[in-house]
Amino acid sequence: MDTKVTIAGVTLNNPVIAASGTFGFGREYGELYNVNELGAISVKGLTKAPRLGNPTPRIAETPGGILNSVGLQNPGVDAFIQYELPELKKHSCKVIANMAGETFEDYCEMAEKLSDAGVDLLEMNISCPNVKAGGAAFGTHPDTVEKITTAVRKYAKRPLIVKLSPNVTDIAEIAKAAEAGGADALSLINTITGMAIDIKTRRPILANRIGGLSGPCVKPVAVRMVYQVHQAVDLPIIGMGGITSGEDAIEFFLAGSTAVMVGTANFTNPYACLQVRYGIESYMRENGVETLSELTGALKTDN
Amino acid sequence: MSYQVRLCNVLQKKEIAPRIVEVLIEQEELAKAAQPGQFLHIKCGDSVSMPLRRPISICDAGEKQLRFIFEVKGRGTAALQAHEGQLDVLGPVGNGFTIDNERYKRPAVIGGGIGVYPLLFLTKRLSGARVYLGFRNAELVTLEEDFKAAAAGVSVATDDGSYGYHGFAIDLLKQDLEKEGFDIIYACGPKMMLKAIKEFAARENIPCQLSLEERMGCGIGACLTCTCKTSDGDHVRVCRNGPVFWSEEVEL
Repeated sequence: MDTKVTIAGVTLNNPVIAASGTFGFGREYGELYNVNELGAISVKGLTKAPRLGNPTPRIAETPGGILNSVGLQNPGVDAFIQYELPELKKHSCKVIANMAGETFEDYCEMAEKLSDAGVDLLEMNISCPNVKAGGAAFGTHPDTVEKITTAVRKYAKRPLIVKLSPNVTDIAEIAKAAEAGGADALSLINTITGMAIDIKTRRPILANRIGGLSGPCVKPVAVRMVYQVHQAVDLPIIGMGGITSGEDAIEFFLAGSTAVMVGTANFTNPYACLQVRYGIESYMRENGVETLSELTGALKTDN
Repeated sequence: MSYQVRLCNVLQKKEIAPRIVEVLIEQEELAKAAQPGQFLHIKCGDSVSMPLRRPISICDAGEKQLRFIFEVKGRGTAALQAHEGQLDVLGPVGNGFTIDNERYKRPAVIGGGIGVYPLLFLTKRLSGARVYLGFRNAELVTLEEDFKAAAAGVSVATDDGSYGYHGFAIDLLKQDLEKEGFDIIYACGPKMMLKAIKEFAARENIPCQLSLEERMGCGIGACLTCTCKTSDGDHVRVCRNGPVFWSEEVEL
């Protein structure tokens, strides 16, 4: 049995990746377990300059999920390269640098710096619902997605993953646009925009009013979108959205994923990534699956 | 000692005032590691329907046991009250109170509402603390005897005057300042109360530590959802850099 997967030429020891924004730069969860047990870590979304993020409250629980509006608080790409990346590179798990820009130029500059600094993969976040400039504004129109991917591809010396927003009418169109622009892989889904209201105070629970929904409640939407994207493009897909177990991950493989990301589940169970990994391995053993590529897109739709 | 995830046996659970629930759990490693001001991040219901843990401060810790008290406010805390069997606890988390009995000889401890509970563990570790507790009404007055056993003196105030002093706990502390000559103030409670104490401590030039509350995600500093503003304009994590801060470090 082999749990290795390859995304755009980069081989991960196993298909489980900690999702951006839920895992910091790996330090905090690293106090609980050896992060080399993961296939990769996608780091907290980086911006060109440091960002303080949105006012609090930034998080609310909703049935089966959470809403967040952190607003990309991060120390900036330069501080990441100086202080965090050297620590991350001590590990054998791969490092995915998640980038969020306000302009095309921001993404290009970060892609170049991060490639030179030696990250393994770049993940272009054009789907953050919690910032005013950039973010999802770039990720919701096929023309813009193709243009920004083309632009950033020129500066990216490492494989470029484009992270897609689910807040669109036709996810397949967006995926095709990213493919046309030269993306090496796709990751999906980012959070679905949502809102929760405190009926006692008649105010939104999040200070930002609207946030991004994640967790088990979004899983069927995510599986559907991975399925549709897999039908539409030839790129490797990193599936995510509400994965808490090996069984959940297997659904994403069957729908067309090559690897999976685990996010919100880390908050519920700090060992969630490992739980998902062991669950995938059990499924492989029990079903005689030798390599994960046997599962990718192996959904049966005939009668 | 760092945080860990442990399953804990629940030894006792009871409602000590309306919607106020006290729980005693047994877990030696967590109990030994716990420091005053730290909290437990507790899984309250089933993982799929209720993905977030709830941060609850440690009220007291012994050799093997930990005690915490919470208010039943929403789905999570209601589930925690109803929970049967072992509890899944991540902890102890956060930076607790600075205790220096050599340096601070005249400590004042002030709490309001459910903010009173983490202060018991603190008061037990201080020597000769004067304690000021504020509650909404007589029904909610809790732990007074526990504090009396640990402190040099305890004063209680209620918002409606149904027990003790009619007014705010901070009024009592202010009245005692000249007589007691406090050299440090420790506080936990509603934001309005903490703001008043922060202002008072700054005016009187008394070192002051505040324990803050915020809606949390991971509880260990990775997700950046529970930040607060610092006086130098940064955003720091309540769960990891706090929940206890020096009052001049933070903006409320």
